[in-house]
Amino acid sequence: MIDRSLILQMTADVIIRTAAVFALFLLFRGHNAPGGGFVAGLVVVSGLVIRLVASGRVRARQSLPAPPATIMGLGLALALATGIAGWVWGDAFLEAAKVTLDVPLLGEMHMTSALLFDIGVFMVVIGVGTALVLALAETENGP
Amino acid sequence: MTPLLPVIVPFGAAAISLALGRRHALRRSLGVLALVANLVASVLLLQEVRDGSVVTVVVGDWPAPIGISVVVDLFSAIMLSVASLMLLAVFVYAIGSSRTDDTTLFFHPVYLLLASGVSASFVTGDLFNLFVAFEMTLVCSYVLITLGGSKPQVRHGTTYVVISLLASTLFVTAVGLVYAATGTVNMADLAVKLQAIDPALREALSVLFLVVFGIKAAIFPLFFWLPDSYPTAAAPVTAIFAGLLTKVGVYAIVRSQTLLFSQDTHSTLLLATAALTMTVGVLGAIAQDDVKRILSFHIVSQIGYMIFGLGLFTVAGLAATVFYVVHHILIKTTLFMVGGLIEERTGTAALRRLGGMLHTSPFLAALFLIPALSLAGVPPLSGFVAKLTLIQSGLEVGAYMTVSVALFVSILTLFSMTKIWAGVFWGAPEAPPPMPEGLESSRPRFPPLMVGSTAALVAASLLFVVAAAPLYQLGQRAAEFLFEPAQYVEAVLGP
Repeated sequence: MIDRSLILQMTADVIIRTAAVFALFLLFRGHNAPGGGFVAGLVVVSGLVIRLVASGRVRARQSLPAPPATIMGLGLALALATGIAGWVWGDAFLEAAKVTLDVPLLGEMHMTSALLFDIGVFMVVIGVGTALVLALAETENGP
Repeated sequence: MTPLLPVIVPFGAAAISLALGRRHALRRSLGVLALVANLVASVLLLQEVRDGSVVTVVVGDWPAPIGISVVVDLFSAIMLSVASLMLLAVFVYAIGSSRTDDTTLFFHPVYLLLASGVSASFVTGDLFNLFVAFEMTLVCSYVLITLGGSKPQVRHGTTYVVISLLASTLFVTAVGLVYAATGTVNMADLAVKLQAIDPALREALSVLFLVVFGIKAAIFPLFFWLPDSYPTAAAPVTAIFAGLLTKVGVYAIVRSQTLLFSQDTHSTLLLATAALTMTVGVLGAIAQDDVKRILSFHIVSQIGYMIFGLGLFTVAGLAATVFYVVHHILIKTTLFMVGGLIEERTGTAALRRLGGMLHTSPFLAALFLIPALSLAGVPPLSGFVAKLTLIQSGLEVGAYMTVSVALFVSILTLFSMTKIWAGVFWGAPEAPPPMPEGLESSRPRFPPLMVGSTAALVAASLLFVVAAAPLYQLGQRAAEFLFEPAQYVEAVLGP
């Protein structure tokens, strides 16, 4: 049994949740302000690194909703589907569309189809990042 | 037919393949299906542009110099078609091979992304997007070249990665300089705007691009990474790299020299480089005693012939280059596939440990002999037609020096092919070495899928000879178009 920090284990949940909320914030403001799917994905991966350090490789892997490759694949497919949608309902591949939604609590929101593309990027980055981190953790001895 | 299909189809298949995880049978059928669709789309595109027209779309419905242009002319379509045929054949070959673990999680998606990247480099009409397409193929090739994870693979793979990263850095720097000088990266727009800048600056940019693409295409003196890194990869991976990756570099050289820098021709530089590339490559090949290493050095040597045709800067020369590239992609991929079969059968590719395969596997000997003689340029095979057109167009211009080098190198090529022939197929059969553990019982010694795909390509190369005249005319039309940058510009930017 590797000696793990009890303090880190206790606080990991809080840190990871904060990171996840921050990642979503970055993802949604990305269209017109600094942020976007790429950084947001990296923030999520850093959350996973905390989980890895705190509780080990096995727990870190269990905390993922799906295998990294699946997340990557779905992200790529979503990004591509956004492009194809512009082609089917618009005039050209990757043509962007935008709508203004009236969301309760948040008020008026401008949504663009580029956001869907960005969510695809977000998922690819999470998939690649977690795959890399988990692969590097494989060499670590013990659980 | 949209020119984006050959990019989108393999890309989508890669995404689905990743999401499928370890459902191998599904992934295999998906890959084959996607690559067949890719081939059909490419051939339909070729059909559409064969009269010399251009298919162009702009991504995202932005006007032309702002949005990313996707342009398919005859040269692009020819390259797309032959590349997609190779991608399909090698994919089938890889499924059959026991030495490439196509059941590893990442082989299929990465291979399909590589296919998408190769198509993207042929269809893009935007310099920065060409960089992106190159990166796509490169990143995938990093994965594929080290797929087995063995020690030599990682060691030689590192060389490959470092050189490629260096080339990419130079490339992106060059694109930045071009943008600083002209304010655009759209190739059609550049063809116009580069004419207006300082000739000395243009000359420098032209040479910089030649170096960048030269590293990719492995021309002298930038070839040293290739014979080192290719032979260590798994057989299907080497086959597709040998067939396509350096040729993407050749494509980029031809495109940039004829479209972007059409007003200053580096004829002497290119001809000298071509002669040196041919010679050094073939001399390297003669010195080797491993099937895959000999063939790898021959890639370098053959690239010299393609640059030779371009260096003449005549329609006939360029037509010969187009013809030669197609012939080379077909033949080189086939030869590496045969090399892989030899390895699959005996467990080694080292000449001194092989022998007598003419008796043990005569069919394999035939599969080797046809492309090998074609590579050397023995009539009536496709290599003969390719070299003949090249040398004729060389003589027309009076490039006697390079022509004589090309002829001399052909003899040396034949010599090194006979070296493989004598080492592998003649002599007394060696006692078959023990197969690696776990392979001996379950698998036939010649997996039918591997032999089938190789035989199909050999048959294709024979068909290529029969159809040589119309194919050469196609190449000639492609070359005529390449020498008319104004038409390309008009097709993209409008009159």
